[in-house]
Amino acid sequence: MIAYVLQRVVQAAAVVLVVAFVSFVLFNYVGDPVNNMVGQEATIADRAALRERLGLNDALVVQFARFVGNALRADFGISYQLQRPVATLLAERLPATLELVLVSAVLALAVGIPCGVYTGLRRETWAARMILTVSLVGVSLPTFVIGILLIYLFAVILGVLPSFGRGDVVAVGWWTTGFLTASGWKALILPSVTLCLYQLTLILRLVRAEMLEVLRTDYIKFARARGLPSRVIHFGHALRNTLVPVITITGLQVGSLIAFSIITETVFQWPGMGFLFIQAVQFADIPVIAAYLVLVAFFFVAINLAVDLLYFAVDPRLRAERRVAPGGA
Amino acid sequence: MLARGLHRALDSDLYHSFTRSPLTVAAAAVTALFFGGAALAPVLAPQDPFDPATLNLMDAFAPPAWTAKGSAQYLLGTDNQGRDVLSALLYGSRISLLVGFAAVGFSIVLGVGLGVLGGYLGGWLETVAMRLADVQLTVPGILVALMVDGIVRTALPGGLKEELAVYVLIFAIGISGWPQYARVTRGATLVEKNKEYVAAARIIGIHPVAIMVRHVLPNVMGPVLVLATIGLALAIISEATLSFLGVGVPPTTPSLGTLIRIGNNFLFSGEWWITLFPSGALVLLALSVNLLGDWLRDALNPKLR
Amino acid sequence: MRLVLLTVSLVLSAALALPAEAKNTLRWASQGDALTFDPHAQNEGPTNAANAQVYESLILRKPNMEKEPGLALSWKLVNPTTWEFKLRKGVKFHDGADFNADDVVFSFQRAKADTSDFKGYITSVSEAAKVDDHTVHVKTSGPNPILPDQLTTLLIMDKGWAEKHNVGKPQDYKNKEETYAVRHANGTGPFKLTVREPGVRTVMVKNAAWWGLKTDPHNVDEIVYTPVANPATRVAALLSGELDFVLDPPFQDIARIKGTSGLKVVTVNQIRTIFLGMVVGAPELKTSSVKGKNPFADKRVRQAMYQAIDVDAIQKKIMRDMSVPAGIITSAGVHGWTSALDKRLSHDGAAAKKLLTEAGYPNGFDVRLDCPNDRYNNDEAICQAVVGMLGKIGIKVSLDAQSKTLHFPKIQKRETDFYLLGWGVPTLDSHYVFNYLYQSKGSWNATGYANGQIDELTASIERETDLAKRDKMIAQAWQMVRDDIVYIPLHHQVIAWAMKDRLTLPIRLDDSPQFRLARLK
Repeated sequence: MIAYVLQRVVQAAAVVLVVAFVSFVLFNYVGDPVNNMVGQEATIADRAALRERLGLNDALVVQFARFVGNALRADFGISYQLQRPVATLLAERLPATLELVLVSAVLALAVGIPCGVYTGLRRETWAARMILTVSLVGVSLPTFVIGILLIYLFAVILGVLPSFGRGDVVAVGWWTTGFLTASGWKALILPSVTLCLYQLTLILRLVRAEMLEVLRTDYIKFARARGLPSRVIHFGHALRNTLVPVITITGLQVGSLIAFSIITETVFQWPGMGFLFIQAVQFADIPVIAAYLVLVAFFFVAINLAVDLLYFAVDPRLRAERRVAPGGA
Repeated sequence: MLARGLHRALDSDLYHSFTRSPLTVAAAAVTALFFGGAALAPVLAPQDPFDPATLNLMDAFAPPAWTAKGSAQYLLGTDNQGRDVLSALLYGSRISLLVGFAAVGFSIVLGVGLGVLGGYLGGWLETVAMRLADVQLTVPGILVALMVDGIVRTALPGGLKEELAVYVLIFAIGISGWPQYARVTRGATLVEKNKEYVAAARIIGIHPVAIMVRHVLPNVMGPVLVLATIGLALAIISEATLSFLGVGVPPTTPSLGTLIRIGNNFLFSGEWWITLFPSGALVLLALSVNLLGDWLRDALNPKLR
Repeated sequence: MRLVLLTVSLVLSAALALPAEAKNTLRWASQGDALTFDPHAQNEGPTNAANAQVYESLILRKPNMEKEPGLALSWKLVNPTTWEFKLRKGVKFHDGADFNADDVVFSFQRAKADTSDFKGYITSVSEAAKVDDHTVHVKTSGPNPILPDQLTTLLIMDKGWAEKHNVGKPQDYKNKEETYAVRHANGTGPFKLTVREPGVRTVMVKNAAWWGLKTDPHNVDEIVYTPVANPATRVAALLSGELDFVLDPPFQDIARIKGTSGLKVVTVNQIRTIFLGMVVGAPELKTSSVKGKNPFADKRVRQAMYQAIDVDAIQKKIMRDMSVPAGIITSAGVHGWTSALDKRLSHDGAAAKKLLTEAGYPNGFDVRLDCPNDRYNNDEAICQAVVGMLGKIGIKVSLDAQSKTLHFPKIQKRETDFYLLGWGVPTLDSHYVFNYLYQSKGSWNATGYANGQIDELTASIERETDLAKRDKMIAQAWQMVRDDIVYIPLHHQVIAWAMKDRLTLPIRLDDSPQFRLARLK
C-alpha cells in the first residue's frame, strides 16, 4: 500500500516538474530576458555582465533547479506589465475568484439537484420537459453569450444590477471580501449566475440520469412492493444513493468552475486570477503566464492525486489488485 | 451493390430511430445547412469579407435590409468596417467549422493512435499515455486550450501571430481533446485483443499493424463517432470563446466568435445586428450538433435498444 | 446556527444601514490607465493628467489654455538667457515638508536625466540655480522666448523625499524598471495618492492643506479611478450610475448618453493629431519581404499611401464625425498652424495606384502596421480601416494591435517599420513637435528621417527672439516636412467627456481633467 501511494506521489511530482519545465523554457528563452531588461544604449559588455548576474550562463539544470526552488518559495518574478511581484498579484486576485467560484458552486447545487430530482421523478410533465430543453440550451450557449445577454438585460435595459467590477470590498487581514457590502453582493449576482449555468445543467442531467437508474433497481421495486409510501422511497432511499456519485463529480467540478471563471471574469471585468491571466496573454506578460501555468498544473495534479488516494482507500478491490498483479497500470 | 447498401441503410435501426424523432431530423437539417453554406461560401456570399480591398468603409453600420435604413445589398446589415454580416456569417462559419473539424481530427488521430497502440502493445507506452490522459482529463478542456494557446501566442514573434492564429487554435483545441479518445479506444482495444480472431490472425503471421487497422479499429469507431460529434460542438464553442477573449482568430479574418466580440461594442448603442446574428448562428450550430450527438449516443447505445 | 444567522444579519444590516458619510466621491473611468506616477518618466497624456492631480508645475493652465501662476507667483526675463521665477510661499508637500527653491532645482536636474522622457521640454535649459529659498534663476543656452510655455508640464518633486526613497533619477520606463516613485507620490497638488493598483484602481483623497483651496474651493473629497478597457462596459457603468464621469465614451453611444436624463456630454476640438509614421531612413524594412530596398524611402510610395487613405470615410463611419481631417500633424491652437498648411492631398485611389507603379511596385508589397488599442479614440478601428484602404492599392498590411504599454516602447526602441501615433502639444508651440518628431535625434522620431536643414531650423527656432523671424522659420520648416510627406497625417481628435449632470468639470483642449475645478452638487 505504501508502494502504491509512493508511486502515485512520484508520478504526480513528475507531471508537475514537466509542466514547470515548459514554464521555465517560456520564462527564460522566449523573448530573451536580457533584451527585456536593458535599453538599446546598453553596450555588449553591459549585456554580458547582466547575463552573468542573472545566472544565465549556468548550466540548464542549475537554472531550472533555481527556477523550481524559487517557485517553491512562491517567488515567480516580477510582472512585466504591472511591475509588481507576481506572487503578490496572485494573492490579491485569489479572493475575488474564490468568492465567485464558491457562490456559483452553491447556486449550481442548490438549483441543480432539486431540478434533477424533479425531472427524474415526474418525467412526463410539461415542466420537466421544459426544464430539460432549457438545460440543453444551457449546454449549447457559450458562457460569454450568456454573460453579454444578462448584462444587456439587467444592467442596461433594467438598470438594477452593476455591469462590471466587484463593488465595494472590505479588507479582512490579507483577504478582500465582497460579502460584507450590499454593492458587493449586487455585483456578485450576474457573474455567479453566468458561471453556474453550465455546472447547473450538468448536475441536473446527472442527478436525473442517476435517479432514473436507481428507480429501476430491484430494491426500489421491493420497497414499493412492500407498500412503503412514495415519499419515503424517493427521498429516503433513491435520493441518498443518487447523491454519492453527484458529490464525487461536484468535487471535480471545482476545477471546471475555475476554468470557466476565466471567461466570466473577462466578460464582467471581475478582478480575479482568470482576468489576470487573459490580460497577461494580451500583454505578453511572461512571468504571470508561467506562474499561472505552474499553479494550475499543481492544483489539478493535487486534486487528481487526492482523488486517486481516496479511491484507493475506499475501494478494497484496488488494494487486492495491487498485491496480485504488480507492474501493471 | 450500391443500391443494396443504400436499401440496407434505409432499413436499419439507426435510420428508423433517426426519422422517428423530428427534433433530430431538424437538427440534422440545420447542421447540413451550415456545412453547405460554409463550404459554398465563396459562391454564395455576396462579398468576400476577408479581402480588405472589397470593403467599402462608407457602407459601415448599415442595418438589415428589412429595416428603415437598410438596403437590399446587405441583407443582414454591415459591421463597423463595412463587412456584409451575411457574408461574414458564411465565411465565419467556415473558419469555425474548419477549426472545429481540424481540431477534432487532430484529437482523433492523436487519441485513437495512442489508445490503439497503447492497448495493443501494452508496456510503458500504455502506462505513460494513460497516465497523461488521466491527468489531463481532470483539467477542463477549455483551460487546456486557453493555456496552450496563450503559451504558443506569447512564444510567436509579433508578425506571425495573425497568420498562424488558426493553426495555433487547431493545435490548442486539438490537444485539449485527445484524452477521451485515447481512453475509449484503449479500453475497446483491450477487449478486442483478447478475442480469438485476433489470436488467430497473429498465428497466421499477419503484421500487428495490419491486425490493429483491419480488425481492431473498425470495432472501436462506434464510440469514437459519438465522442467526435459532441467534440465538434465543444470545439466550435471553444474556438468562439477563445476568439471572444481576444486570443483566437484575429479581426481581419473573423470567425463567429470574433464577430461577436466586435459586435459587442456596438450592442448598447443600437447596432444590435452585428452581434446578434453571429450569436444566433453560433448557438444554432452548437445546439444542432449537440442534438445530433445526443441522438447518435442513444441510437448506438446497445442498452437502450 | 441561529447565533451565526443573527451575527450575519447584524453585520449586513450595519453595512447597509450606515448613514452615507457626507463624503463626495468622484468615480471615473477611461480606457487606458496612467503608465506610472513617476512624474518625469513617461511623457504621455493620461499619465500627465493623473500626475497633475498630485504634483504641480511652476505654471498652470486654465481650461482655455491661458497660463496662470502655479508654484511660481511670477516670472520674468532678467537677461536674454535667464528667467527669474518667484516661488509661492507657504506651500507644503503632502508629507509636510516645505516647498522651496531646492526642490525646483532638483526637479529640473531630474528632468534632464537620461531616463527622463521630459528632456524635450527643456533642451534649452542649461542650468537651474537657487538664488534664495523662494527665487530661482533658470539659465538657457540661447535666448528662449517660450520657456514658460514649456514648463507647464514639468512637475515639481520634493528633493528630500526623492533622496530618502532613492528615486533621484526617473524610472527607466521602456526597460520596465520599478522604483518607489512608480506607485507612490509626494507632491504639492490638490489631491494625495492613497491607493495605486496599476490596471485595477487608483484612489486619491483631498489634500486639505492645498494652497489653492481659497481660489478653487472644490468639493471633491475622494477620487476613485478604474481603467475600463471595454467600451460597452464603460458606457453601461455610466448609464447605470456606477460612474460619475467617463473621459472617453465610445462615439456610437454619445447620442444615447445625451438622451439619458441626468447625464450630459461636452465636446471640444482637441490639440492632438493622429498620424502614421513610416521608417524612411533604413535601407530595408524588417517586416517586409522586399529585400535590398526600402519602399518607404521613395516619396512616391508615401504619397500613394497618403492618397489611398480616405480620411473622410474614417471620419464619418469610424469617428462618427468626431474628428477633423488633417494636413499636418499639429492642430489649430498651436502657434505655427495655418489652415493652408492643414489642407490634405486629395483622396485618389487611381492616382495612388499609378504612383505606386511608377515607383516600381506594380503589385504592391507587404508590411506590418503596429497600432495601439487602448490609447486614442478608436485607434484599432482606424488601423483596420487603413489596412483595408491600403489593401485596395495592393499593399498587404498585417496588423499588430497591442496595448500602449507594449506599443510605445516599440517606437522608442525603434522596433517598428510602420506605426500609428498621436501627438498633443502641451506648449502650444510648433517647436515642441519639431523637437520630438522631426529632429533627427527626436526621442519619438522612429522614422529615421534625418534632414540637416530641419535640425538646424529646429535649433534656430528655439533660440530666436525676433518673433517675426521665428514665425517665418516655423512656416518654412512646416512647408518642408509637409512636402516631404514624412508622416501621413490622418485627423485631429475631437474629444467628448460624458458625466452626470450634478458634476461640473470644464473640458480642456488637452483631454486632461483638472479635478481641482470639479464641483459636485
